[in-house]
Amino acid sequence: MSRLTIMSASQAQTTVEGLYTDMERRIQVSPPGICPVDLAAAFLKMCRAQTCGKCVPCRIGLKQIDNMIEDVLAGRGDMETLRKIKNTAATIENSADCALGVETARMVLRVLEGCREDFESHVKNRRCAAYVTQSIPCVANCPAGVDIPGYVALVEQGRYADAVRLIRKDNPFPTACAMICEHPCESRCRRTILDAPINIRGLKLAAVNGAGTVPAPACAPATGKRVAIIGGGPSGLSAAYYLQLMGHQTTVFEKRKHLGGMLRYGIPSYRLPRERLQEDIDCILSTGVEVKLGTGVGSGENMVSMEHLRSEYDAVFISIGAHDDKKVGIPNEDAEGVLSAVDLMGAIGDGLMPDFTGKRVAVIGGGNVAMDCTRSAIRCGAEKVSIVYRRRAVDMTAQVEEVQGALEEGAEMLDLHAPVAIETDESGKVVGLWTEKKQIGLIHNRRADVISSGAEPELIPCDIVVVAVGQAIATRYFEAEGIPIKRGVIEAKDWTAVEHAPGVFAGGDCVTGPKTAIRAIAAGKVAAANIDNFLGFNHVISVDVEIPEPSLRDHKYCGRVNLTERSAAERKDNFDLMEQPMTERAAQQEASRCLRCDHFGCGNFKGGRAKAW
Amino acid sequence: MVNVTINGIPVSVPEGSTILDATRAAGCPVPTLCFLKDINEIAACRVCVVELEGADHLITACNNICAEGMVIRTNSTKVREARRTNIELILSQHRLNCPACNREKSCQLKKVANSINMDDHMNFLHEYQPDNWDQTFPLIRNESKCIRCMRCISFCDKVQSLSVWDVVGTGSHTTVGVSGGRDIKDADCALCGQCITHCPVNALRARDDTKAIFGLDGALNDPDKVVVVQVAPAVRAAWGESFDLGPEVATEKRLATALRRIGFDYVFDTNFSADLTIMEEGTEFLHRMQDGKEHKWPMFTSCCPGWVRFLKSQYPDMVGELSTAKSPQAMFGAVTKTYFARKIGVDPNKIVCVSVMPCVAKKAELAIPNLSDAGAGRDVDFSITTREMCRMISADQIDVSALPETDFDSPLGTGTGAAVIFGATGGVMEAALRTCVYILTGENPDPDHTFTDVRGLDGWKEATYEVAGVKVRTAVTSGLGNTRKLIRALRRGEVHYDFVEVMACPGGCVGGGGQPIHYNEERAGQRGQVLYDYDAGNVMRFSHENPDVQALYADFLGEPCGELSHHLLHTDHHGWQMPPALRYDDDVIPVR
Repeated sequence: MSRLTIMSASQAQTTVEGLYTDMERRIQVSPPGICPVDLAAAFLKMCRAQTCGKCVPCRIGLKQIDNMIEDVLAGRGDMETLRKIKNTAATIENSADCALGVETARMVLRVLEGCREDFESHVKNRRCAAYVTQSIPCVANCPAGVDIPGYVALVEQGRYADAVRLIRKDNPFPTACAMICEHPCESRCRRTILDAPINIRGLKLAAVNGAGTVPAPACAPATGKRVAIIGGGPSGLSAAYYLQLMGHQTTVFEKRKHLGGMLRYGIPSYRLPRERLQEDIDCILSTGVEVKLGTGVGSGENMVSMEHLRSEYDAVFISIGAHDDKKVGIPNEDAEGVLSAVDLMGAIGDGLMPDFTGKRVAVIGGGNVAMDCTRSAIRCGAEKVSIVYRRRAVDMTAQVEEVQGALEEGAEMLDLHAPVAIETDESGKVVGLWTEKKQIGLIHNRRADVISSGAEPELIPCDIVVVAVGQAIATRYFEAEGIPIKRGVIEAKDWTAVEHAPGVFAGGDCVTGPKTAIRAIAAGKVAAANIDNFLGFNHVISVDVEIPEPSLRDHKYCGRVNLTERSAAERKDNFDLMEQPMTERAAQQEASRCLRCDHFGCGNFKGGRAKAW
Repeated sequence: MVNVTINGIPVSVPEGSTILDATRAAGCPVPTLCFLKDINEIAACRVCVVELEGADHLITACNNICAEGMVIRTNSTKVREARRTNIELILSQHRLNCPACNREKSCQLKKVANSINMDDHMNFLHEYQPDNWDQTFPLIRNESKCIRCMRCISFCDKVQSLSVWDVVGTGSHTTVGVSGGRDIKDADCALCGQCITHCPVNALRARDDTKAIFGLDGALNDPDKVVVVQVAPAVRAAWGESFDLGPEVATEKRLATALRRIGFDYVFDTNFSADLTIMEEGTEFLHRMQDGKEHKWPMFTSCCPGWVRFLKSQYPDMVGELSTAKSPQAMFGAVTKTYFARKIGVDPNKIVCVSVMPCVAKKAELAIPNLSDAGAGRDVDFSITTREMCRMISADQIDVSALPETDFDSPLGTGTGAAVIFGATGGVMEAALRTCVYILTGENPDPDHTFTDVRGLDGWKEATYEVAGVKVRTAVTSGLGNTRKLIRALRRGEVHYDFVEVMACPGGCVGGGGQPIHYNEERAGQRGQVLYDYDAGNVMRFSHENPDVQALYADFLGEPCGELSHHLLHTDHHGWQMPPALRYDDDVIPVR
């Protein structure tokens, strides 16, 4: 007999806890396209298991809804069934005693409303409108559709040059992407179901590091067609590369002094060393791309006009990126000492390092660019760098490791601080940033609002303010030239063609707004294919790399090899590469974790490997 | 060579061989269901699983490659259990009315299930999905029978390039359906029937029209009706397979006897109207070549209804390039209900015209609204497949091998060697060329050695012949994927032809969707050889030598491509609607 006991988990409970984490990972990598009705039925079954069983609506009502959804799935339901599901769920929402019932009912109502077409298709046509489109998750999630299982298998065999050749079939920036890609390929990696996603970017780095210089493939016979490409960033250079391979002559017009676009002028060299970026650019240029540096497209000096390009070239690809800055819209934003992220990173890109020695810097923003500015400012000798962000740190859009890296290097996190004004001295120089302390509030559309905390504004003393709240696109000239602009971006079709401007194509950040490098690269690839067709050809891009057969051995649960960085102390005063690649041995182990979804599962069926495009 | 051990038996197999190849080489083959070499290697049914020494997880034999030193077991307890359980799982969702199922003899599921010592105890709840299909459409899909092997999807995608079938539903509700959420009648299905002949069970079948012929309300049971049957060339090459008889026993003459025993009043041969087709189409071709008018080239053959459906749905702008000649089936119907009706003095409305075809699309062709030119209802009333005909013979308990040989009836039963090769890819082209040479030069070419380049199973053959100073660039293709390649090349200006023969089914009609079914065996080659043997054995090798065709012209039609021919034997391919393609090629492939 004891008055209190210490809780201890039974073996069954421990097992169940393990299943929860397993299911969490499984849900993370759930492929898109699953029938929402089927999924709702599955979730509902779990929710039913969770009910404590005390209250009628939750105990019995959820069971009855489950029965009705099963009827819908089996083709036994009708519109009346859908009405009954909705009414029953509404009553459970209104009358259940606790969140277990209320929130389950809300889930049912949400799916019923949000996926109405799917439910109706089941009852009206006796047909499921859904189908899974993602047979190889990593490939499907890579905007450029790179053959990831293929090159991972090649890395496992140490065939690095073949891996690079295979990657280049879809992406001519293997090195840049090995270092800075946001790797959407890893987000739904099926290996996550076992333990953790494959470190795909890390393996790509192993490939490019191990491959040495890999020459570009031979170009098709010259077609005599000429294509002008406006902007030498990832999108423009990708289009140039594939168009050259197809036999067309491209000319890249680059406004700045160097090629690379945001890869050079947005991404600091401690993440992507210039000479490594140059490896990709050199290979692209080796196909015969003509380059006109310091030549923008517009109406000013050292500029060529759109009219000229459209008359002199058979097609034009606009890939000007997003290189204009956005303002916060607070007083004194034009004061001396206020820099935009574009200014700061652009100067660094041209090798003009600002000297922040002894200066206090406030960086406004919570995205990856803000983190790049923060960490670059630290490397430029700043005494103190503060990240000023109006929401919570967890709400930042920057990658977690970027935020963490900045903090390790000594940045100060001032989250829930909304900038309200810039304070200047009598000469007009920045002396501080007024902020208002915020408090987190209600959630709308799955995002928490910030509300006033009621505190007095607070002055953050500083000498430099860097505004990193987003980039805009220099559309004015193009708009005047009749190129359609919508909400600040160039309007192009999903196949990159610009309507009412035959022969004009556009892609990359200037169409999507600031997005990732790989999306810009993909746009360049899409543009190349469609420009080729526009020019009356149907060149096929392929590569003759034989992909290794998958191992038929059992998979052992195995940890993911993460890349390491030089210590904060060692890296924070220089722009040298921070990241350390995996060893060959680690790369081999990591590659062997790949489940080869190109061979197993539906990857060998519809939507599997595309050997050519 | 790669050395592996199967059940303790060492075997050497060529590099790149699958484990399935090795199990066969070792004499212990594992069964397969979903596997279709090069086309559907998706390892879905898990019936071919084997045990690899050193691995706990079983692997499939069909799509994994032998590596040096592999030690494989196909008969371990784990393999036996998995094979049996997976087959039981498939059976649990398959409507088991085996005795009443007409794939009873050719059902691969039944064969595999029978082979593995199943007892009659089912371990799983038997729950199959209900059928929900328009039973009047020539192609019928039985959901209750489908084992979701996905072979139909892959075949239609990869071989026929039409992608009529697709995966529908997700999770455990995943099944097969018409792509794009369409109804089959709204789909651009060519009705080639290749999905049927590649279905391992009876999930896909042709509509059964036999009851309309010999059922209670059937034509044969109506004393007022004169029931005429025509037999297509390719049928005679394959019908014996249904009775495990070779072509030396299952001859065309025994076939004529069998059909007569069933009760048909006249047993005729589509070879007759194949010869007639050559007279019309060959003449039409020479007119196009020589009339000095502008024509779009090439001229395409029009005898394959699957091909016509394909062209109308995929490249509607090219329909004018089809020969206006009707197919032999349709010509036969038109002649039967006019010339033949008059000859025997019977009201054509009392004639029921039945065709036996290696084909599913012929069922749709006869229903085309403007193919009723004889003025007595449809020119052809019913078209049954080779398989349906064999089922009728079987239903009448006819012992084929004991039948005497008899000739086809006269006059529409006379055919030449040129006609019988219509059933093989290249045959129509060869027959036409034989007669064109005669028309242009007045001399017959050597039928055995002149046009051999258009023979054989290559999917895309080309040959240029010079006939009396006229250069004729020909191409022959079979299979709709090959056809699409050829048409794309034509549209891009990469190739130029004058005359192109197209057959929707790989290998031509001998490989047709209405022919007997053999799991994972393509018999077009050997059946085609049977037809070439018939050709070689016929004293008449040229369509223009068919005396009954000549009599038809002399007594009734006048001349080839004359006014009456034009009315009865030619058609307007624009005169009926075909559902459009989901997406046209020109949206994605540039035309230069």
